[in-house]
Amino acid sequence: MTELAAPARTAAGAPALGTGIEGSPVGDRIYRVSIAAFAMAVPLLLAAIAIAVFAAAWPAFRTFGPGFLTSSRWDAVEGAFGAAPAIYGTLVSSFLALLLATPLAIGVAIFLSEFAPGWLRQPVAFLVDLLAAIPSVVYGLWGIFVLVPLLRTHVMPFLANTLGLGRTPLFSGPAYGPSMLAAGVVLAIMVLPYISAVAREVLLAVPRSQREAALALGATHWEMIWGAVLPYARSGIVGGVILGLGRALGETMAVTMVIGNRHEIAASLFAPGYTMASLIANEFSEATGDLHLSALMAVGATLFAITLVVNAIARWLVWSVSREGAP
Amino acid sequence: MIVAPLAALVLAACGGGGDAKAAGGDGGAATSRSSSVDLTGAGATFPQPIYNKWFSDYAAKTGVRINYQSIGSGGGIRQLSEQTVDFGASDSPMKDDEMAKARGGPVLHVPTVLGAVAITYNAPEIQKPLRLTGDVLADVFLGKVTRWNDARIAALNPGVALPAKDILVVRRSDGSGTTYIFTDYLAAVSPAWAGGPGKGKEVQWPVGLGGKGNEGVAGQVKQTPGTIGYVELAYARQNRLSVAELRNAAGNFVSPSVETVAAAAAGVAEKLPPESDYRLSIVNAPGPNAYPISSFTWILLYRNQADPVKAGKLVDFLRWALRDGDSTAVALDYVPLPEALASRLDQRLAQLAPASAQGAK
Repeated sequence: MTELAAPARTAAGAPALGTGIEGSPVGDRIYRVSIAAFAMAVPLLLAAIAIAVFAAAWPAFRTFGPGFLTSSRWDAVEGAFGAAPAIYGTLVSSFLALLLATPLAIGVAIFLSEFAPGWLRQPVAFLVDLLAAIPSVVYGLWGIFVLVPLLRTHVMPFLANTLGLGRTPLFSGPAYGPSMLAAGVVLAIMVLPYISAVAREVLLAVPRSQREAALALGATHWEMIWGAVLPYARSGIVGGVILGLGRALGETMAVTMVIGNRHEIAASLFAPGYTMASLIANEFSEATGDLHLSALMAVGATLFAITLVVNAIARWLVWSVSREGAP
Repeated sequence: MIVAPLAALVLAACGGGGDAKAAGGDGGAATSRSSSVDLTGAGATFPQPIYNKWFSDYAAKTGVRINYQSIGSGGGIRQLSEQTVDFGASDSPMKDDEMAKARGGPVLHVPTVLGAVAITYNAPEIQKPLRLTGDVLADVFLGKVTRWNDARIAALNPGVALPAKDILVVRRSDGSGTTYIFTDYLAAVSPAWAGGPGKGKEVQWPVGLGGKGNEGVAGQVKQTPGTIGYVELAYARQNRLSVAELRNAAGNFVSPSVETVAAAAAGVAEKLPPESDYRLSIVNAPGPNAYPISSFTWILLYRNQADPVKAGKLVDFLRWALRDGDSTAVALDYVPLPEALASRLDQRLAQLAPASAQGAK
């Protein structure tokens, strides 16, 4: 540090400025190469992971073909594997989580950025962010001991009987507790801070002039938020939702503990299900057969592919929303 | 605090990798790094508490340090096959094709302690311990018997007021030795089970909820009235779960305990041929007092050891554990091997030792 500072002090004025811009050519080159190497390391690492996973998954894909994605049979004893229930469960539980978390998270973000008095804003924002710092196994335990009994004794009977939704396939069947619904609720709580934190920052970044223009046109506080602030922040909020979705798709421990782990596709949200991440977590350590191990790697590869596709769709969504929103 | 175990791990890994080279004169090296680990093993989670206790007692007594990673039976078998550990541990015996794939040649199975699977249930209406037979239990887990007051359950429990409720089956979702022992038993007593789900560390369950680990199953059963599940005996005892009595091969109803599980092993051990490889299933064992869902857990090692020093240490440890480890086992709710079987194993291990024992001394 001292050596670097020395020439600047001795050669004051223009010459010092000149050396600052040009620098030492060798040093610059080392810097550029090392920075490029760091940047390259990420895609290379990703490629290495993808190759390793798909190579290990290949025997299962070759044996079962496309049936691996559509079959519901998962029988380690007979060596027949199909991942359809896990794929279905991952998508449904994540979608359910977003459905529950998004309105709540945006509501929290609007309250904190637009309505909350200054003394309340920081503590509440801190508490919401704190939700993201809780380990997922703690969510899982909370799910087992608090959420699942609550769902079984109160929420499920209320939905099915009091609201009369029990006649629809979505809310039918016996209420055991561990279920797709429980997984969705736990996931919703887990992704809420991500969506909310991003939405809050985006809303706070909406320029003051935007708000003032709306108010000047005679808009109420609410109309100003709805008509001027939210459209401006739309692409950022969608980005936050996608971040939450990525978290929900890959979440393992908490979901495993509350979803019931049954390898079956059921229409009802009250029925137990399975997710891809749970399946891998449950069976990997005791999978001795080569085909079994390969089938689990194939589930991992499928999860990898689905995450990529979902993220690509999300990118496209953010892009199209921001283009639409642009004046 | 954090660095020390990490260093041990790294050293252990180095030790594992450098086996072949160090095979010659390792004596000096072993003393020079006295803080490192002498033997490494990996495998089953079920016996981990007793193994760790044994290892620490043994280290205090002899200075031989053994590092054990409880990564699951499957992982233990895989690591042993690839020779990345000195010994493996498993709750189910290796299959023939797994034995054939092991790189280091023939694998020996050494039973260490006994385990059992307890049937636990949540039906507060039932005052006395529930009584079941193997075929009724299999039909419950097949989804054929679905009500607590089913005629077949009622016939086994005369005079007991059974609730008119649905039975909700809870089973393990993760692959486990406990599931292996349980399904091994169901396959032994029920042709329908043997022809259907079969036996394995994870099977295709026809009905029920999956809980992760013993605590997942027990948590579900404790919270939900009308449930039935299975957990390790030690876990059931420590958590005071309601446990069912099962009818054994001799026709008696027995509840799982140290005595009844040991009786199951003794009944099988008596009839053992002298050259047994100890890959034994003791489910549905004969004997008037034998608990039917019992099993060994094994330590796996290669018959032909590359490193005589390590081989000597391993054999010495196993003989010590079989001889002096009983009281610790009972204190931790494990069931020690019957005396006759332990002494037979001791003789067998003693035969193994000669080539290696010289190296150790």
